[in-house]
Amino acid sequence: MLETIWFAIWGVAWAVYFMLDGFDLGLGALVPFVAKTETDKRIAVNAMGPFWDGNEVWLVTAGGVTFAAFPTAYAVMFSALYTPFMLLLLALILRGVAFEFRGKVDSPAWRSVWDASLAIGSSLAALLLGVAFANLFAGIPVDGEGVFHGNLFTFLHPYALAGGLFFVAAFLHHGLLWLAVKSDGELRERARVFAAKAWFGALVMAVVFLAWSAVRTDLWTNLLGRPVFLALPVLAVAGLVASTFFSRQGRVWAAWGASSLFIAASAGFGIAGMFPNIVASSLSPSFSVTAFNAASSPLTLKIMLGVALSILPLVVAYQIWVYVRFGHVVDEDVLADEPGY
Amino acid sequence: MDVLLLSRLQFAMTCFFHFLFVPLTLGLSFLVAIFETAYVRTGNDDWRKATKFFGKLFLINFAVGVVTGIPLEFQFGTNWANYSKYVGDIFGSLLAVEATVTFFLESTFIAVWFFGWKRLSKGLHLTSIWIVAIASNMSAFWIIAANAWMQHPVGYVIRNGRAELDNFRQVVTQKFAIVEFLHTAGGAWILGGFFVMGISAWHLARGSHVEVFRRTFRVAAIWSLAMCVFEISQGHLSAEILSTAQPAKLAAMESHWETSESVPMNLVAWPDEKGERNAVEALPIPGALSFLAHYDFKASVKGLKDIPRDERPPVLPVFLSFRAMVGLGIMLFLVSVWAFWKRRQAVEQKLLLRLLPWLIPVPYLVNLLGWTVAEVGRQPWIVYGVMRTEHGVSKIAASQVWGSLAMFFVIYSLLGAVDFYLLLKFARKGPLPETHSASKA
Repeated sequence: MLETIWFAIWGVAWAVYFMLDGFDLGLGALVPFVAKTETDKRIAVNAMGPFWDGNEVWLVTAGGVTFAAFPTAYAVMFSALYTPFMLLLLALILRGVAFEFRGKVDSPAWRSVWDASLAIGSSLAALLLGVAFANLFAGIPVDGEGVFHGNLFTFLHPYALAGGLFFVAAFLHHGLLWLAVKSDGELRERARVFAAKAWFGALVMAVVFLAWSAVRTDLWTNLLGRPVFLALPVLAVAGLVASTFFSRQGRVWAAWGASSLFIAASAGFGIAGMFPNIVASSLSPSFSVTAFNAASSPLTLKIMLGVALSILPLVVAYQIWVYVRFGHVVDEDVLADEPGY
Repeated sequence: MDVLLLSRLQFAMTCFFHFLFVPLTLGLSFLVAIFETAYVRTGNDDWRKATKFFGKLFLINFAVGVVTGIPLEFQFGTNWANYSKYVGDIFGSLLAVEATVTFFLESTFIAVWFFGWKRLSKGLHLTSIWIVAIASNMSAFWIIAANAWMQHPVGYVIRNGRAELDNFRQVVTQKFAIVEFLHTAGGAWILGGFFVMGISAWHLARGSHVEVFRRTFRVAAIWSLAMCVFEISQGHLSAEILSTAQPAKLAAMESHWETSESVPMNLVAWPDEKGERNAVEALPIPGALSFLAHYDFKASVKGLKDIPRDERPPVLPVFLSFRAMVGLGIMLFLVSVWAFWKRRQAVEQKLLLRLLPWLIPVPYLVNLLGWTVAEVGRQPWIVYGVMRTEHGVSKIAASQVWGSLAMFFVIYSLLGAVDFYLLLKFARKGPLPETHSASKA
């Protein structure tokens, strides 16, 4: 029971991470393309300013939950995905410092270096997260000792690349809607036009990935055994449809909220479909690392459950407060008047 | 080189690099909070300028601190999979608590503080920097508790082929964790003080923004002395606790070979590890090591010869790092006395003002030396007495680790250079004259 609860918390932590960091990864990837002038670029960067760091802590938390609740899964997953995760770290470093550095020297060349760093880091991170999770959905060649037999190219099969592109498309769409929320006038219009295009990309990739998952993985078969979770793919589709509907109506907050639902429910679909596997072995099902054979001791799970249930609601509360407090439109006046990147 | 050595190198490098940024966050956050408190209480605009100026340096530093922290968490899984499997039940929980309880707070509220100058009331804005300062330091406590468990494992049982939690309270309240935290945090707080003193002195020597830097100098001089006194007064606790918890480390720190009573501390010595003796030994302070370890000049202290060869840490780096840490630490203390003494007439102290900016790197070095003593001195154990370092490493291809090691080396060198350049640039620039344009820079 405790293991199942922790698997759920584990899944929620990843889903929230993708939902939140998703928009700043997506927008970060597009800053040089959607924003033409330096003012527009600063608006886009400052639209993410108060949030990206707090969002990224959900990754640290998702990692921490894996480590604390399922240490064996942490060991197997991270050592198997060694190179993809090292590249993910590189990507997150490149984009993280770009926020702080880009405005610190008054030179177009300097800024374009950090804009490139932000765009490359953000898109690479989105791609790698998708590739990594598609591999977890499909299973990877780990033996009974949890030792991985393969190399970087083992992970780059077509289904995994489809997963990567699915993440990229969903995040780009999510980020553009966020820019629409945080800007106005011509920039907001451009963000919405771009978002409509990205929406098609997200739709195509979602269909491709969900259909391919039925063939390539056990996700759907698993979910059919627990039909209540079939609500997740339904919610994902509903979120995706609703986001373009709201966006066309100019209700940008609602559109962004629907896109958040799309991403969180998609992640939820994949993770619920994995249960109880965390790292499925493609060599033999008996080698798979599961919520049951990888779990920490009951005492640790209980103590950590107390911590999670008492602290995470507070975290959610103050992060929502920040989104409300800093949900204002960023325009030239705000840039001139207030501190920012 | 094999995976073990490469992984150790990579962890050492990424950890040391990360720790160039952490202590300034821990120390400077309090000083910026103090400056802003003074601003809110007095309404004096010089305090606001001081807050914004050091706040900007804080953020440049913080950015690199954040992005270099995540690789450390990841490496436990990527490079130290067997360690993670074996101790994750305890060690993993401490990292998870750190992320949920404190890292969320500090990362969320630093942004609230930076972006909130115009959007929050003065009181709420001030509260957010205090949240950052307290949460950062609490963060450090959880990380240190995790490290302390590697140094001195308690509250666990070996069950199901791994270390499992038996008593959580014992893990987080053990004396080793408290002592290690106080000593590490003290070092970071000193570093923050010397950072502010050094930059303030640079400006005072040039007569720029004297009203601002006179104030920050005074606060930092009081702070630095207080923290040096704090560090020295509890520093001996760290040595004392080693005499029972990690006698091998203590013996290596002093290059002490024969178990004996009334052990002196040799002011000059040079270890000869092969010959299991000191090649040079001079100027002994009688009974000093005995006193340090047991508050008794006559007490017996275990020597390295009574520890099996394959359980001894490398003596020379531990010994030298400890010497250098203590020596430089005492120098910092003396300088802080001087600065405190002259804090009201700082503007006239030409020599002091010229010296202090050059001393900014010293506490950084002292912090890293302290970690060298702690971590190299723990070898050959990854968890002292429980798991040897070579048993903790992942079964992965060495080529992968070569790749990531090279990647970290290149990207960290670049980051370090850029960050240093920006800190220098904005430190020299001083506070911005007008009230609104903090955004531009």
